[in-house]
Formats: sequence, structure tokens, C-alpha cells
Amino acid sequence: MAEEECELNEKQKREIAKWFLLNSPAGEIQYIAKDLRSVLNDEKVYNEAASEAFPLYNKSHLIFLELPNRSGDVLVTSYNELEENEFLDPRTALVVTVDHVKQVCTDVRPAADEELSSPYIEEFRCALDAEMLKYVAEAYPKGICSVYCVDGKDVEGPGSNFELVVVISAAKNSPQNFCNGSWRSVWNIEFKEDVQMLEVRGKLQVGAHYYEEGNVQLDAKHECKDATIFQAPDDCAISIANIIRHHEAEYLESLEASYSNLPDTTFKDLRRKLPVTRTQFPWHNTLQFSLTRDIQKELGIDK
Amino acid sequence: MEAAMGLMRRIHPKQSETALSALLSLLPHHSSDLLSQVDQPLQVLCDLESGKEYILCEYNRDADSYRSPWSNKYYPPLEDALYPSSELRKLEVEANEVFSIYRDQYYEGGISSVYMWEDDNEGFVACFLIKKDGSKTGQGRRGHLQEGAWDAIHVIEVGAEEESIAHYCLTSTIMLSLTTNDESSGTFSLSGSIRRQMNMDLSVADGHLCNMGRMIEEMEGKLRNSLDQVYFGKTKEMVCTLRPPSEVVLRLPTADMP
Repeated sequence: MAEEECELNEKQKREIAKWFLLNSPAGEIQYIAKDLRSVLNDEKVYNEAASEAFPLYNKSHLIFLELPNRSGDVLVTSYNELEENEFLDPRTALVVTVDHVKQVCTDVRPAADEELSSPYIEEFRCALDAEMLKYVAEAYPKGICSVYCVDGKDVEGPGSNFELVVVISAAKNSPQNFCNGSWRSVWNIEFKEDVQMLEVRGKLQVGAHYYEEGNVQLDAKHECKDATIFQAPDDCAISIANIIRHHEAEYLESLEASYSNLPDTTFKDLRRKLPVTRTQFPWHNTLQFSLTRDIQKELGIDK
Repeated sequence: MEAAMGLMRRIHPKQSETALSALLSLLPHHSSDLLSQVDQPLQVLCDLESGKEYILCEYNRDADSYRSPWSNKYYPPLEDALYPSSELRKLEVEANEVFSIYRDQYYEGGISSVYMWEDDNEGFVACFLIKKDGSKTGQGRRGHLQEGAWDAIHVIEVGAEEESIAHYCLTSTIMLSLTTNDESSGTFSLSGSIRRQMNMDLSVADGHLCNMGRMIEEMEGKLRNSLDQVYFGKTKEMVCTLRPPSEVVLRLPTADMP
């Protein structure tokens, strides 16, 4: 094989392929994969890259897959990953096996006892899950949520701290309209028994991509914190849901505000709609310009 | 090649440089097609003689040197390089001066450059470029943007004059990105690029510069509006579809959970 300076080795090609896959916008990885395979023209390298990239992409994008029996959706996240390709759904006490590259569930089985939380923890988890389902149903036209225990799942009773995480994932894919978007919320709740407090930390991430005769993308991120007192499971659940509802609504409002500031405020720092003179540029007076640069002063300066 | 362009349309505009160099290394035989069809943020050099900066593009490049529109010299120096004719150079000088004022009026800062060269059809081609850094550390007058960039490339093909009318074909590309960041709303970042064409037959009574300038001004205005209302608007619509604002939600019937 001719060794030109620009000839890439397999490892380099694989890294490039991985980069494209990992950096696909939400909902578009399969389209990127198709174009990538065409450009790469090397199935072996593509398959290697895909097997490494897809799991990372799926987990970071909080994708949700339909259960094989079509009874609901399961989220794919790093919080509910058991083995590689096995994900727990605590609500149904099922474990699904996932084909990351095809983005489908290939198998399902009941969860083993040791994979689930203890009854004590489950009380809190389940109560919060029920409240979150209510919230997500009312706030998101199509949102999937789940609650996982990420620390202390075997805690038997009062006396220890534990941590739950709420994951909300919403996506809208309209490739026919050249528009896709995703909303991801991850709320970590530390149940601190010792100080009888709950510490809530939220990470919200919103993305949108419009690409009809152009390519425009939105990336927005926000982090917030809150706290409430440690109570009985049902009361905790209601408090937490209220906190989440409040912060998410506030965040949406601030996103809308950012958008309304665009035309006249933010965008102006890049390019004004019109010069300060509020008229279009007098091109027909170019002869004057080349003769005298004092025109600049005439046309008005700052403010 | 179609697949490569498909990839470029999907990859985040901010990563287009990385994506392009990746594609160039995967498809070395398509490098000239890729370089001419994929938009890249503009680079700048400083003309040491005049102390002014100028924008780099394919149209002022010869080998690895770039010609400054201020001094008409190549940096690094180059022998037997290409230059516009002296007549065209006069127009080029005037264009740079006038466009500079235009730029200041609309952009309140930034850098602009105009390059012209004769083409094979007795007409000529002119390239008007603008680069603006609108971040608060750059030239963003009002300090709204943590990061902000606007790159405009306008290429006009001017046909030979026939009965005092000339044909102008303008292809404009705008690449922009903006990021705001504050405590209460986190990071908000929009970026994108669009390209459009405009064709006009105009009387040369007012001169080429006037005609080209008016076309560019009209095009920039249209693209700015389009980006703001249509493109950014669609992303906003998408966000509100994912999670409608509370006033909307209250009006919807509550779903009964099974």
C-alpha cells in the first residue's frame, strides 16, 4: 500500500469515526452513521468505532427505548447501567438488554433482588417516581422520566444517608421539517439523614438543530441548587417535585427571555439592524468618501 | 462527497473546523471540492506596513502567501505573484475604503477586506469579507455576549457591460455564533451558518461599487433577519414544543395516569 503522507492508519480513522458519532446532534446519530459509513468506506473500522461510540452517545443523550412488549419506555443512562448493555427499570423491576448501535431493546428479564433497592429506599424512590410521573405528564408533551438510587441502595433503615437521581428526557425529531431537539434534566437528591436535609442539584441541558438550507444549533445549559427538609417518603416526594417544577419553569422563562432579547439587544453586539443614522448606507455618495474621510464623523459616531 | 456535505450540515457549527480537517484527511482526493464548498471561519493577518489587519481567503491567496488590500503586497513576500490590473486595483482601493465605513456603521468595529480580480469572461469578481468579534472582551459594544462571532463572505461575479447594464451574481455566506452566560440562566449558545444567492441586472450609471454595495447591504439585512426570525425562531419553537411554557400547559386537559 502506498504510504502517502496523508494516508491514515486504522486507529486514526477509527478515532475520526468515533468523533463524528459522538458529536452527532440529538436524534441524528443514525443519519450521521449512514453518511460516515459512505465517507469512511471501511466497514471494519466503522463497526469498531460504532461499538465504542454508540454506548457513550446513548447514555449521555439519555435516550429512551421501547420495551420489547411495548408496555413503556426504558431510559439508557449511566445511572441505571448494570452490566454493559444491561439497564434497570426500577418502576417495572425489569432489566433490558440493549443493542447500542441499533438503538433497540433486544431482551428483557425480571430484575434480581440484589439489583433492586432495599424496601426502605424503595419507599422513597417509588413515592418520588409517582410524583415525577405526574409532573412530567403535565409539563412535557412527550417526556420520559425515571428515578434511580445511585448511592446507598441497600440501606435498610433510618440512620444512613443515600442519594437518588431523577432523570427526565424529552426529544422531538422532525427530520421531514429539518428540525430536531432534546431536553435533558438530571436532578441529584442527597438525602442527608444526619442533618435532616435534602440537597437538590439540577443540571438542565437543552438542544435544538434546524437545518433547512442552513445549519443552526442551540445549546443551552443551566445548573441550580435547592434544599428542603427530610420528611416521610410521600412528603419528600411532593417537596422535591415542587422544587423541580419551579426551577424548570423558571429556566424555560429565562430561555424565552434570552430569545426575546436577541433581535434588538444581543444580536446588536454582532451587527446592527441599521446604522445609527437609521437610514441605509449612502452608497451613491462614494465619490465623496474617497475624497474625504471626515464623512465618518458626519455619519454619527457612538450612541 | 454528498455524504461528506451531509455530515457538515449536521455537525455543530462550532466544530466545523475539526470536522473539515477530519474529512480532508479521510478524503484527500476531494480536498478542493471540500475547501470550496465548506464554510470556515475567517482568518486574519496583520499588514505590518500599514498596521492594519486583513482577512485571508482563497481570493487573495497565491501559494502560501496572502495579499493585503492595504499595501497590495503579499505576506510572506512572493515572487511572480498574481495582482489585479491597475484599473481594477483602483476600484479595489476605493471599495476597501468605502466598505470600511459601511462596516463601521453596521458593525461598530470588526475588520473588512475587499479583493478583486479579472475573470475569463471580460468581467471581474469581487469578494467582500467582514469579521466581527462581538464578545465583551472583543468589540461587543454593550457587553452582552460572552462569546460572539460574525463572519461574512460575499462573492460577486460581475459580467461584462452590455448597453450600460451589467449582470451581478452575489453569493453570500454568513457564519455566526453567540453565547450569553449568567448566574440565573446558565449558558445560552446559538450558532449557525447560511448561504444565499442573489442575481441582478443593474445600470452601471451609479458605478459598480454602488451596485455591489447595495446588493450586499440588502443581502446582509435579509440574512440577519432570516437567522434571527426563521432559524433561531425555529430552535425556540422546538424548545417550546419539548416543554411548553406554563401558561400553555394550564390550558391543556390533564392526562389521567393508568
